Amino acid sequence: MSALTGTTRLARLVLRRDRIRLAIWILGTPLLGYALAGSVAGIYPDQDARLGYATTSASSLVARAFNGPIHGTDLGAVVVAETYVTLALIVALLSTFAVTRHTRQNEETGRAELLGANVVGRYAPLTAALLVIVAANALAAALLAVALVGAGLPLAGSVAAAAAIGGVGVAFTAIAAVTAQLSVTARGANALAAATVGLSFVLRAAGDVLGEQSADGTRVRSAWPSWISPLGWGNQVRAFDGERWWVLALPVALLLAGVALAYALAERRDQGAGLIAPRRGPATGAPLLLSPTGLAWRTQRGTLLGWAVGVAALGLPMGVAADEFNDMIDANPAAAEAINAMGGGDDLIKAYLTAMLGLFALTIGAYVVQALLRVRGDEADGVLEAALATAVSRTRWLGTQVLAATLGAVALLLLAGVTTGLGYGIVIGDPLGQAVELGGAALLRLPALLVVAGVVTALFGLLPRWSVVLSWMALLVFLLLGQLGAVLELPQAALNVSPYTHVPAVPAVHPAALPLVVLAAVAAALLAVGVVAFRHRDVPS
Amino acid sequence: MPVISIGNLVKTFGAIRALDGLDLHVERGEVHGFLGPNGSGKSTTIRILLGLLRRDSGDAQVLGADPWRDAVRLHRRLAYVPGDVNLWPNLTGGEAIDLLGQLRGGLDRRRRDELLHRFDLDPTRRCRTYSKGNRQKVAIVAAFSSPVELYVLDEPTSGLDPLMEAVFQDEVRRVKQAGATVLLSSHVLAEVEALCNRVSIIREGRTVESGTLTELRHLTRTAVTVETARPVTGLDVLPGVHDVHEVDGRTHLEVEPAHLDELLGHLIGFGVHALTSTPPTLEQLFLRHYGDAPAAAAASADGPADRAGSAGAPGTGAGPAHGPAAGAAPAGEGSHADTQADVPQAGAR
Ligand SMILES: Nc1ncnc2c1ncn2[C@@H]1O[C@H](COP(=O)(O)OP(=O)(O)O)[C@@H](O)[C@H]1O
Ligand SMILES: [Mg+2]
Repeated sequence: MSALTGTTRLARLVLRRDRIRLAIWILGTPLLGYALAGSVAGIYPDQDARLGYATTSASSLVARAFNGPIHGTDLGAVVVAETYVTLALIVALLSTFAVTRHTRQNEETGRAELLGANVVGRYAPLTAALLVIVAANALAAALLAVALVGAGLPLAGSVAAAAAIGGVGVAFTAIAAVTAQLSVTARGANALAAATVGLSFVLRAAGDVLGEQSADGTRVRSAWPSWISPLGWGNQVRAFDGERWWVLALPVALLLAGVALAYALAERRDQGAGLIAPRRGPATGAPLLLSPTGLAWRTQRGTLLGWAVGVAALGLPMGVAADEFNDMIDANPAAAEAINAMGGGDDLIKAYLTAMLGLFALTIGAYVVQALLRVRGDEADGVLEAALATAVSRTRWLGTQVLAATLGAVALLLLAGVTTGLGYGIVIGDPLGQAVELGGAALLRLPALLVVAGVVTALFGLLPRWSVVLSWMALLVFLLLGQLGAVLELPQAALNVSPYTHVPAVPAVHPAALPLVVLAAVAAALLAVGVVAFRHRDVPS
Repeated sequence: MPVISIGNLVKTFGAIRALDGLDLHVERGEVHGFLGPNGSGKSTTIRILLGLLRRDSGDAQVLGADPWRDAVRLHRRLAYVPGDVNLWPNLTGGEAIDLLGQLRGGLDRRRRDELLHRFDLDPTRRCRTYSKGNRQKVAIVAAFSSPVELYVLDEPTSGLDPLMEAVFQDEVRRVKQAGATVLLSSHVLAEVEALCNRVSIIREGRTVESGTLTELRHLTRTAVTVETARPVTGLDVLPGVHDVHEVDGRTHLEVEPAHLDELLGHLIGFGVHALTSTPPTLEQLFLRHYGDAPAAAAASADGPADRAGSAGAPGTGAGPAHGPAAGAAPAGEGSHADTQADVPQAGAR
């Protein structure tokens, strides 16, 4: 078929461009699955612990919303409940971004035109991208199944659970294939697809919350909204609890439908055009935009708003869950111990709240990295060159970006603390008091985030080409050491590498000033190194 | 005091020697053409002049100041159009223009609106939806909206259509009239010819030629085709005459501009029926510098232009001596194949 001419060649190009990304994806998913399965097995080693977990999970609306429906007391079922949503979201977003990268982004940059002028069929670029991405999902799922079996879980359930994850990736590959036809820009296509991921999450959460608890109390039967969410399908496979294999046909059907729709849309539009017309904007710059600060606000506000919505949407239910936590602790001392290791202190609810604030601080670290790395993105795109050729000094430019990221972090921390406090406060009848207390406690995490900002800035100044990879790796190391390190029982010296280790565990313990001052000093030193290095290097480099 | 003064500039990127002892002098009020093949170091030079890149060695002065140390102060006095214009994707064109102008220290609003109109640019569209040509227009409008002393333009018209090219040329003339200096890196020879007082040609990070266009023309030879009653003899002893050959009874040759007079005196004696003379075109000039090895190009500056004939540009220029209309055939026509294999004719006199 001539419309597919060149598909194999283009698929090889996709493989060549993404060989490292694909390798990380295909190997990283099973490794993460293996690690998570191992740690869950450690926390819920026996039938008693798992019975407690399953009963609590089935009755807790928060657990249903965030972990999905529990299917019995098998170790595999607990592993799925604890890991499914994380892994599913990861493969959904990876698949989405990969499809856009190899379709719409090529059109936006003009690469597709260059290719399209050769012996390449109309459907070849899309087909090549889909082939590679579906294959990557299949391969990652196969290795995940092996990893789960390796972690000691039964074969059939492992295959079903891994296939469920792979199915989520395939479903969102299909959805992204369609959104890539709709929007003119790669950003727009990604935003549309990511919004679909978000909507799927909400539908699934709603369906699982509205579902029924089974008579023995260890299972949840989801309501219909879960069935119209591709994220929900994976749960309906019921891995480790009498697998329903036919559910796996749903993502495959969606893939076929999505590809057919994407082909039909591609047939009806010009190269580079979309079905959603881009919006117009103001013809002149508002006075507030016309400065580095104004520009930083303008470029960050969308991202910040997205983060704020996410933080608030997580904070409230996490606060509400604090009270349910008491029941869960009674049922499961091992889980209490794990939370305690993360939070510290004697009061378990405070330990829980502390652990949640710690997780928020880590997550908001990702915002800081993302926001600051925009400078590097601007440099790579050539925008920075145009800006620095004006009468703005390098120090002012970089300083503005750091300030913007810091203010964003302050806002998000405050929001995380306040919403968590509100949630908990509503349950115990003290919303205002808890909001103030936890808002303040959350802000004490700021010095750790300043260190993250310092690390990114120093990397940007000293090793611009590597700054993106190294910044994310640094955050990953902080995550592993700072949060999971205590659970994994790593030596203290290793834990001390992470700035998060040094944040006083408020509200579980009383705040101490010294560690915060030291963290702030380290951050200031890193920032200074970054700015000085940036002042002395080539732009672009 | 020159506006731009560069001496023996060196810049390396790892093993790549992008600039290798470059010289460049631009006087106040002139439009200076900055030419060279792709990868010869034009953008690198410009980025050093803007204090974006740090030079390894050599001198560089812009408006009497050090471009690296005094970058911010200098940037208030100059405007820049990058070679590859990229903008903030979620800003509109109008916002990007105002932002760049404001960051530079302010822009002339009336001028800005007029330029938007003349360049036929829709300022309400997001930058990510602009074509290359339109992004280029945004940068050009932003630059020319600021009344500054120096405009640094790196291949500014590479994405523009001919209509917009004309508008661009008007703008350059306007700022020149106002006393500004322009450094214009360009591959559009017609544009260089129309705008530039002086040009500098660089190759592999070195300046190989610098001067007015007239001066540079004098370094190349005029192509002459002549039809005579009797076969022409004795050409090989005439000074400054090269590449002599006969095709279909016509004699083709090249002559150094300084020796044109002696050649004409010699030809008269053979009964001239028709004569065409073609001045060296800019293309020939550039092809010679772009195409040759740098050493050969430098050496040939005072000698023959060995490749000039092979460029074979149509002889439409107003040459110093025009023959009767009978010789209207393009002078280069017959010489294409013949001169390509020629070796430099340094000993032909
Ligand atoms: N950042 C860089 N890193 C490595 N090499 C570079 C860099 N910038 C330019 N070069 C090299 O320097 C040379 C000159 O480039 P450039 O100044 O862009 O040329 P031009 O603008 O004349 O086309 C080229 O060989 C180019 O590959
Ligand atoms: Mg260039």
